[in-house]
Amino acid sequence: MTQIVQIKGMNKYFGKLHVLKDIDLSVEAGEVVVIIGASGSGKSTLIRCVNGLEEYETGALTVDQRTLTPKGGNQKELYEIRKQVGMVFQQFNLFPHLTVKRNIMLAPTKVKGTSPTDAARIADTLLNRVGIADQADKYPAQLSGGQQQRVAIARALAMEPRLMLFDEPTSALDPEMVGEVLDVMRELAREGMTMMVVTHEMGFAREVADRVIYIHEGQIVEQGTPQEVFDRPRNERTQAFLSRVLQH
Amino acid sequence: MAFQFDWQAAIDAIPFLLKGIPYTLMISFGGLAIGFVLGIFFGLLSINKRWLLRWPAVAYIEIFRGTPILVQVLFIFYGLPDIIGGPIDPLVAGTAAIALNSGAYISEVVRGGVQSIDKGQGEAGLSLGLSRTQTFWTIIWPQAFRRMIPPLGNQAIVSIKDTSLFSVIGVGELVRQGQVYIANTFTAFEVYFVVAIMYLVITLSLSLVLRAYERRGLASV
Repeated sequence: MTQIVQIKGMNKYFGKLHVLKDIDLSVEAGEVVVIIGASGSGKSTLIRCVNGLEEYETGALTVDQRTLTPKGGNQKELYEIRKQVGMVFQQFNLFPHLTVKRNIMLAPTKVKGTSPTDAARIADTLLNRVGIADQADKYPAQLSGGQQQRVAIARALAMEPRLMLFDEPTSALDPEMVGEVLDVMRELAREGMTMMVVTHEMGFAREVADRVIYIHEGQIVEQGTPQEVFDRPRNERTQAFLSRVLQH
Repeated sequence: MAFQFDWQAAIDAIPFLLKGIPYTLMISFGGLAIGFVLGIFFGLLSINKRWLLRWPAVAYIEIFRGTPILVQVLFIFYGLPDIIGGPIDPLVAGTAAIALNSGAYISEVVRGGVQSIDKGQGEAGLSLGLSRTQTFWTIIWPQAFRRMIPPLGNQAIVSIKDTSLFSVIGVGELVRQGQVYIANTFTAFEVYFVVAIMYLVITLSLSLVLRAYERRGLASV
């Protein structure tokens, strides 16, 4: 199988704070990896390193056969990687001054040089796919949180990425809108998209993940299939974390 | 003897005073246009990561914001000719003073506007594969500019009024025209009253235009 992401001995610091410790992780094509852990454990930082939104200090990182060297070196490779990697943020980060459709058209036209006509067609198809074709000409602020996040997913998909990163995509949503976003992600996984998902949605993790990774204080302390991690956790910190989050 | 407002004197002064308005507007808007370019340039430099680029911008801003515009225009008009070896046209000196002075304030407006945009906006642009330049000009700048409109309007009004100081270097703007007229008629109250009204007409029109523009811009956010 092809490896999309390969991380070897990655270390990252915020000043003196050691946030990622000797991370070794690879993600294969079509795999859905869900990363769980307490706030501040480094799980978001880890996926933000994958598309270079965060720099790391030591180790090695390869994404889709391109190498991203430590300390933000190699800008050219970084831009190539970002073209291939989509990201969905907790706060959606849609562009408020552009309509929904223009949000989606922006990257294909600016980065790939797609013609506006083709980009508009891509946008229509994607909006249809995430179930909000009727909102194309609205501005983000006119949409509900769940709709905004679905637009954000469509926006990332417009670049036809090889890998999608999700950074707590449902954490900023009202409870009744979580389902509609998870549905889109579930569908994406079913279609074979390679995904790295940071989330607190344990139900989603159990159902969709091929592999669950538990991070504690910047270290991967446990990983395996959802059954292995959720039903038979070996590490006592994983057990403690799961008993806290699965209670409610 | 009670003071009586002489309406006829006020009305008679209008044609002469109106001759000053083109100069007032020319210096204000000419200076502001250059000031806007300076403001974008130095405002963006002032938030650059490299201190070597940031430092000169901060120096420019502090110097022209921290000294009176009257001193600046006197310096340009009376001081600079000693160096360049020839006189400077008062119109040029006035326009330059407005440009340099408003440029310093507009730099701060630009800095504030850009820094007010959420970090996530830039991250979203970069993660889609846009370059830093593309991210800035297509995502950050349009949003920042919208937030800059009210303080920019404020600066425009301040600068229009600042041009009244240039009567000291002999620019035939509104106040200067008033002074010349009064020297012959001794109707100071009436003339300065009309001068004040004329400034108010200019600044109020600008306020109205800006409000309309702001409403239109905000409708889409």
